[in-house]
Amino acid sequence: MSVHEQFAEDLALHALGCLEGEEKIALEKHLEGCASCRREFEALRGDAALLALTTSGPRPPARARVRLMEGIAKEPVAQPVRLSSQWWTAFGWAAAVVMFVVVAVVWNQNAELKKTVGQGEALNAQQRLELEQARRVVETLTADDAKRVSVLPVKYKNPPPEGKAIYSRERNGLIFIASNLLPLPARKTYELWLIPPQGAPIPAGLFKPDAHGGAIVINPPLPAGVEAKAFAITVEPEKGSTTPTMPIIMMGAGG
Amino acid sequence: MSTAAQMNDGALISAIRSGNQEAMAQLYDRYSSVVYAVALRVLGDAAAAEDVLQEIFMQLWRNPGSFDASRGNLAPWLAVIARNRAVDVLRKRRPQTEISEAVVSVEPDLAGEADRGRTVEKVRAVLKDMPAQQRSALEMAYFEGYSHSEISEKTGEPLGTIKTRIRTGLMLLRKAVEAT
Repeated sequence: MSVHEQFAEDLALHALGCLEGEEKIALEKHLEGCASCRREFEALRGDAALLALTTSGPRPPARARVRLMEGIAKEPVAQPVRLSSQWWTAFGWAAAVVMFVVVAVVWNQNAELKKTVGQGEALNAQQRLELEQARRVVETLTADDAKRVSVLPVKYKNPPPEGKAIYSRERNGLIFIASNLLPLPARKTYELWLIPPQGAPIPAGLFKPDAHGGAIVINPPLPAGVEAKAFAITVEPEKGSTTPTMPIIMMGAGG
Repeated sequence: MSTAAQMNDGALISAIRSGNQEAMAQLYDRYSSVVYAVALRVLGDAAAAEDVLQEIFMQLWRNPGSFDASRGNLAPWLAVIARNRAVDVLRKRRPQTEISEAVVSVEPDLAGEADRGRTVEKVRAVLKDMPAQQRSALEMAYFEGYSHSEISEKTGEPLGTIKTRIRTGLMLLRKAVEAT
């Protein structure tokens, strides 16, 4: 395999995760533009994996399996959607807005339809079409293979954590989309809070970021008709909290 | 319909995507020993290794799409993730690599337990025959999470020597599996 000799040893070190400092930076920069070195790096990572596979030892204790299965069983049924890529923002935003609008339209029509049952198959068909569109938008938004492309200035490599909330008090609906979130400590979760003009913050959903820091919360249970002065995010124990644990790590005022 | 016990890894991952807990249990039974052994080797602490084990399988349950079967087999992928996470814990740092970013392409194919066993035995034999200083450099880097300069400092060997030992050590492992 043809690699640039000056990087050959550093490639091996990087594959083992022990290269650091300026040498690591220089190698990573080189890898961005050198396909042959990237191939060799992948091969070396495979070689390093063989080291991991050579380990042997006692089986994990039986309680670990019980603990895992109990943990899985406790996972909420309506999991927040986890995104599979860091490049999601533009697509995710657009899809979420479209979904919200379509759902709002369908909601509205549904209310009207109740009043005018039998009034028209045409409206019914239109509603089915729009519901199908909403379903497809949700499916696309939540698909495992969905590519979310974040369009950023070309040199903007490390965008900061960001969250966007779309809230309708009238519809009692909330969609929250986050990106570039930092990984959580073990047994912790992010919790979204709706902060009303008066009174205590209201829990508005738990979420954990995917591998690239993305997460979505769709229509968490909320009391009806509450005004939102702001939204905030805290880090909480895995089951969530009823009051925010300081510090608030992200916050945005309602427009 | 096949039961979870009969499913291959890809089918189990698909079933997990659908929320099939039996499939998750089966996957755990298949690979928990690999993950736990690696974490225990790195951390030397059973409770901490168990936490890493839990964390990795919970992440897989929550995000089964993080494993891409087209980019490698599950066993080495899980082993590498376990190593990476355990080293992060050892060095008290935030996760350096997300699980979906871990790409592990090992030749030959290690999907089958028998193939994996043969390959692992070859690699163990190579490690056993390797000069002790070379084996130690590999192990300090991979299982103890030391940087190359830290290894140089701890062993008193020049940095260049450490680099060469590590590279040639990995090359020896590769030759061993290529001959499998």
